[in-house]
Formats: sequence, C-alpha cells, structure tokens
Amino acid sequence: MAIEILMPALSPTMTEGKLARWLKKEGEKIASGDVIAEIETDKATMEVEAVDEGVLGRIFVPEGTEGVAVNTPIAVLVEEGEAVPEASSAQPNEAPSSSKAAAPVTAMPAPLAAQTSAPAVNKGTRVFASPLAKRIAKDAGLDLTTIKGTGPHGRIVKKDVEAAKSAGPAQAMASAAPVGGTTAHPLSTMRKVIARRLSESKSTIPHFYVSVDVQLDALLALRTQLNAASPEEGPDAFKLSVNDMLIKAAAVTLRRVKGVNVSFTDDAILEYNDVDISVAVSIPDGLITPIIRQADRKSLREISVEMKDLAKRARAGKLKPEEFQGGSFSVSNMGMFGVSSFSAIINPPQAAILAIAAGEKRPVVKADGSLGVGTVMTTTLSVDHRAIDGALAAQWTKAFRDVVENPITLVI
Amino acid sequence: MSTTDFDLIVVGGGPGGYVAALRAAQLKLSVAVVEANHLGGICLNWGCIPTKALLRASEINHLLHDLGQFGFTVDNPRFDFGKVIGRSRAVSKQLSSGVAHLLKKAKVPVFDGFGKLAGVEGKKRKVEVALKDGKSVTLKAPHVILATGARARVLPGLEPDGKFVWSYREALVPDELPKRLLVIGSGAIGTEFASFYRNMGSEVTLVEVADRVLPVEDEDISKLARTAFEKQGMKILTGAKLGPLKKSDKDVTVEIEVGGKKETITIDRVISAVGIVGNVEKLGLEGTKIVVDRTHVVTDELCRTGEAGVYAIGDLAGAPWLAHKASHEAVMCVEAIAGLHVHPIDVTKIPGCTYCRPQVASVGYTEAKAKAAGYEVRVGRFPFIGNGKAIAMGEPEGLVKVVFDAKTGELLGAHMIGAEVTEMIQGYVIARTGELTEAELKETIFPHPTISESMHEAVLAAYGGALHF
Repeated sequence: MAIEILMPALSPTMTEGKLARWLKKEGEKIASGDVIAEIETDKATMEVEAVDEGVLGRIFVPEGTEGVAVNTPIAVLVEEGEAVPEASSAQPNEAPSSSKAAAPVTAMPAPLAAQTSAPAVNKGTRVFASPLAKRIAKDAGLDLTTIKGTGPHGRIVKKDVEAAKSAGPAQAMASAAPVGGTTAHPLSTMRKVIARRLSESKSTIPHFYVSVDVQLDALLALRTQLNAASPEEGPDAFKLSVNDMLIKAAAVTLRRVKGVNVSFTDDAILEYNDVDISVAVSIPDGLITPIIRQADRKSLREISVEMKDLAKRARAGKLKPEEFQGGSFSVSNMGMFGVSSFSAIINPPQAAILAIAAGEKRPVVKADGSLGVGTVMTTTLSVDHRAIDGALAAQWTKAFRDVVENPITLVI
Repeated sequence: MSTTDFDLIVVGGGPGGYVAALRAAQLKLSVAVVEANHLGGICLNWGCIPTKALLRASEINHLLHDLGQFGFTVDNPRFDFGKVIGRSRAVSKQLSSGVAHLLKKAKVPVFDGFGKLAGVEGKKRKVEVALKDGKSVTLKAPHVILATGARARVLPGLEPDGKFVWSYREALVPDELPKRLLVIGSGAIGTEFASFYRNMGSEVTLVEVADRVLPVEDEDISKLARTAFEKQGMKILTGAKLGPLKKSDKDVTVEIEVGGKKETITIDRVISAVGIVGNVEKLGLEGTKIVVDRTHVVTDELCRTGEAGVYAIGDLAGAPWLAHKASHEAVMCVEAIAGLHVHPIDVTKIPGCTYCRPQVASVGYTEAKAKAAGYEVRVGRFPFIGNGKAIAMGEPEGLVKVVFDAKTGELLGAHMIGAEVTEMIQGYVIARTGELTEAELKETIFPHPTISESMHEAVLAAYGGALHF
C-alpha cells in the first residue's frame, strides 16, 4: 500500500518549514530508519526519518521549497513493484486524514551531536529485532544498529546476532589481547551524526581560514580585577574564565560586523537578528554545542554562570534540544590543551566558527617600538565563502582583536 | 490440451504440490499440476484427514462409555462400523474435491497422469505425462517442482497381504473391526491407529523396537503416553524384537521378545507402521544430477536439487514427514522461483502432532536433545490437574513441558500431552518462530478458563514457580 510521507512538525509551534534537501531519490529503496530528507526552520535543520520501508515512489515537494505547511504530503512510499500514485491524495490544505495511522515520519534533531540524553542506543531510530536477538546482543555487548537483519522485513533475528558475534567484534577481541589487526568499536548514534554532518560541512561548504594573533595581557588583567571583585562565596560569587570573556568578545564583534552572523541559503543570505554563540563542549565519545543566546547582551557574569551550567549538563547528557539546536556562530576553544593553532569545521547552517588556541608568552613589539614579552594567542576564523568574503572575514578578525586587546568593551 | 508451456510444472497434487500451484498462481506464474491418483495426496485421502475423522469417532465412542462422570446414563451405546469408515471416506472426498475446486478457481490445469522428467529443450525442462486415458503429453517449463510424496515402508515378512497384514491404507478401510490387533511401530501413524482401534473396542498390542513409545517425543511425554494407553487397556511392548508372522487361515501368531523374555500372541490383524519411503521411482531421475539418498531426493535449504530448475519438496525431499512442512516448503520454493526473498525452514520450528488419546504435540528440542546440543536448560512443567478448564472438561490428565536456554531465555522446545494440545501448540510455535523469550511469554495474558493457561504456567514453572501447582 502506498504510504504518504507528511511534512513533519519539528516543534509544537511550527506551522511551516523549508524542505531543504532530499537525501533519497525517486525509485530508491528506503529502509525504516533511513534519513530521507532535511527540513529547515528558522531555528534548526532537522532530519526526517522513514518509519516504514519501501521504495520512494514520488517526491511531491522538490527540495529547496520554502513555506511547506506541516502535514502536507511531501512524498509517497510504495512497495516494490507497486504502482506509483501520480499526485498526493490529499490537498495540502486538507485535514491530514492519514496522519495518525500512516504517520510515516518522525523528525529527528540533527545538530552537531544528536543524542545526549539516554544512554540507550537507537533512540529515535527504531531497530526491528526479535526479543531473543535483542537479548543476545545485549549480553554480548553488540550494538544492534551495526547488525544487518535477515529476518522478515529485515528484522534482526538470533542468527544475525550470532553471526555478528562470531565475526569477532570489539568484545571478543578485547579479551583476547590481539596482536596486530584491528578492534572494531561500533559507531554510536552520536558518532554517526558527527561523521555525517561534518563530512557534509567540509565537502559542501567552501571553507577558508583567517588567522590573527591576539595579545591577551589586558584581558587577563581585567579578568584578575573582575574576579577579585567577586564575593568570597554565596549566590553572587563568580569566577570568570578566559573562555567566558572570549565568548563575549566574539559576540560583541559579531554585533559590530553583522555580516558574519549569517547563514547561506540558495536564495538568500540570512542575517540573524540575535547573536547566539554555540560553544563546543567535549563530552564522552563526541562533542556538543550548547548555546549562549544573545551573548552580546549578557554580562560576563551571566555568561560565566550559564556556561558552567550548560557545560555541566552537557557532560551529564542532560541538555534540552533547544539548548543545543540553533546558534548563529560557533566558538571552539582548545587553549586548555596547549594547542598553538588550529582551524575548525563550520557547524552548518552557520557560516563561521572561531578556533581559539592557547595563550602563550611570546616576544612582542610594544607601541614604543621596544621588544617585550606578552601573552599571545592565535585565533583562526573558518568562513563559508559563499556568504562571507575575505575582506569581511579580515574585518571581523581585526575587530575581534581590537575588542580583546581593549577589553573594557566587554564590561560596558 | 491447448497449452503445454508453463512457467512451472508441479508433479504431485498433495499438500506440497497443490499448495505450490496455488501460490504460483497467486504470483501470476503459469502453472500446471500433474497428479497420478487423487488431488490432496496421502494427507487428504489416506493420511492426516481420514484418520482424524476416525479418531473423532473413537473419541465419541470413548465418551459414550464414560458418560457417567457427566451424569448421563445411556444404555448399550452401539455403532455401525461401516458408517464410521464411510464418514471418514466422505470427509476425504469432500476435501479432495475442495482442492480440485481451488485449483480450478486459480485456473491451474490439472493433468491426470503420471509425470516424469524427460530432458531439456532449450531453456525449458520437459515433463512427460502418461495420462490415465492411455495417451501421453509432454509439458514444458523452466521450473519443475517434484512433490510426489512417500508411501509406507514395507519390511520383509510384513508385506500387506490383503488379509492379515495392513499398511495404513488398508487400516483406513477395514470391512470389520478386528477383535485382536497388533500394531508394529509407535510413531505417529502406529500410535494413532492403535488409539483408534483400542477406543473402538479392539484388543490392541503396540510394539516398538525403541525403548519407549513415540520415540521422537520428549521422554516425559512418552512415559505419560504409555501410562495413559495402558490405562485404556492397550498392551505396550517396547524394546521389542518381533519374530516371523505365522499365519493360519483365521489368525496370526507371532513371538515377541522383550528383554530376553519371549511371549507368543495371537491376533486377527497386523498393522505395519514402520516408517515411509519416498516415491522416487519412475520420475526420470536417472542420468540427471539429482541425488537420491535412501529413497529421498537430496535438496539444499531452498529445495533445489542438483539439477538447475528442478526442485523437490515435502516427503519426497525428506524428514520431517509432515503435510505442513510440505506446504511451507511449497510456498517458499515458489516464492524463491518468483524472485521473492524467502527464509529457509528451520526444522526446530516445525510442530508435530499425534492425535491419539491423549493427544501429543511438540515443537523444537526435547530436553535430552537440547542438552546434547550443548544448551544449559531451564525446564518448566505444568500438569493439567492444576488447570480449572481441564478438570471441568473431564480431561485432567495431561502435561505441558517447556525447555528454555538458561543463558538467553530462548524457548528451545515445548512438549504437550493431553486434551486439545494439538490445537494449542501453535502458541509455542509462534513464540519460537518470533524468537520470543521467557519474558514475553510471562507477560502474555492467557484467557481464563482455558487449557492454554497451562502453557503459561509451564513457563512460570521454569522461571520461579507456577501459580496453580
């Protein structure tokens, strides 16, 4: 039976969205769980997953279409060999009659890191497996998402798990202390999302990089001064980190050079009204980018308190989707690891990311021409050339240096 | 016949062959059936179905003699043996014409005759059919399914003689009820005939060369079956060695040795139920790459023979000799021919039923076989005496036994004896096929009051305790 795939609602308030991209072509086989399309709203890009299996019979809404109303049929899934309907049965403005029974799609958030909460694998990706297969896999420590099912409709059955077990994955080999060879660590869902999203970013976005050395001494002095002003303890106590100040510095810079606070789309460059900074946080087996919203309008203390809370909850896997989905610009700081410089991969649909390396004592030429020692860090801005040209990027990095080297701006 | 060219030719119209043809027709293949005797095969004409009709009669006879427990008094209940047999034949006839009707509806031509492979022409195989009217016709198709079934094994000295010694075939259409009957072989066929004749009133001796009756079943079940049969007055000799039959003009005498002790019995009739052999003769297999091993065609897991385009299913292709196995292979084989994705049959998921009184049904590993296969087992048992419905029905004798893999919770096997167990075993077959574990079975809500609740209780018994025993 043909099953219509409807435009999903990515949030309770969403009424329409842009069908950004089809990841499957007409006539392509679809397994349940396959990501078939990407939907964009003003806030986020989400993936549409197939719930049923079949063949993508016909695409009703071509990619790039904006303002697609929720519950509009966007495609139809048919069984192999089944006739493909010419057009969708329901008119877009009709009440979605089949939306419950057929409800053929689920929306899955697709930020840098998709899954943060439950440790259970496959959340949101339904895996069809027999109860016995599930139990044997669990006992053997096998990830069912890595196993190909050969049962009815591709269901994973005992035989498949036993085969995977004897194929000698991670567990079996770990105890045997192998010499040579490889040890397979099955991909977590997060790892898969990271791999896909970043490959896509790096292969579709024309990156270029602008580096600038920034002298930190004034900022460090200000930090010492401000931290000294904190009460010893109590609810008002704070301890600003260099990172908190650089987040604010980036935000202030974005407010000054608005052309970098953008996203590229096929029809337009979207300039964000707010400055929402995504901050890369390393977590076990991946990373996630919690967001400091409207960072340009927040005080250093607010940013510091919020960042500590977000980072803590990120590591505990307790962030809510809206806390890591969206953002208009990213900051990735590896200074604490003593890195002297690096460049980062843009976090789509954003157009730029700032890579911050370690502050090091380096010889500097002072204003009077004499040689001295200063604390200097190398920052590298990765830029989407489709939206931002070299001059604009250079203008931004210069502004950023000015803000950091004259940090009084940060407290005004 | 205008058309002799098909996509598929099925040789044999039993539960393997006719089902293959129906499935092929559903899949829009052009298909023909070649049948030498009756549509429906042994199952429908000389096996499963007519014996069930007889066993139903013998069950009624048993009840008529056991009415007192329900408060009835019936004086001198009698039966007309000819009518009992007649009903069984009528049932077979009805179903056989039902198969003819189904094939007609599916527009599948049936060639009444004996078919054999007759070489290759181009990309097609030829099947030569010696029609019943003496003519012959050659059919052609790229695919041929052989489904010619099997017949009773005949041991030297036990050849059916039309008088004293019967195979299942004669045993289904006797002129009169034998007073004293010897049944040789306590597999499903022998046990069902022993049960039928005993419950109709014959004195029955059941001999088995193995050390227990129903030797393929779980030992617990064999034990209970023996007890029940003996309680009904059946004489059971296991581990028995049979001497030569000594026939006089009115009866047969035979010496039977059990554990060094010899005894001589005299009987009026002998039923030989010592297994079956495949109908591999005259099929044109000579000179082909089709391999025959001990009267059965050797096939792979998808029923393919050594000859491309030739398949063998059902009894012809080997054990277990069950109609439902033949039908399932038929569907699988045809779907594979049609290019669909199929799953090979796992024999440990094929149920077996014996319709003696009490009935016996099972699927999967016996406890002994599970242990021999290296499983660490968890076993649960539940007797019918703890089941309200069984007691209300007056059927308190029975047992459900389940065997689980202690490590994974896989239901390895289930073994049942008692009223209606042949209708209930499918529950465990579904569990085993769907790879349910003890967890799902425990969570399943069984209707009350039913005998099937004992299936639930047996699972509970394997995992911490049944509630009602």
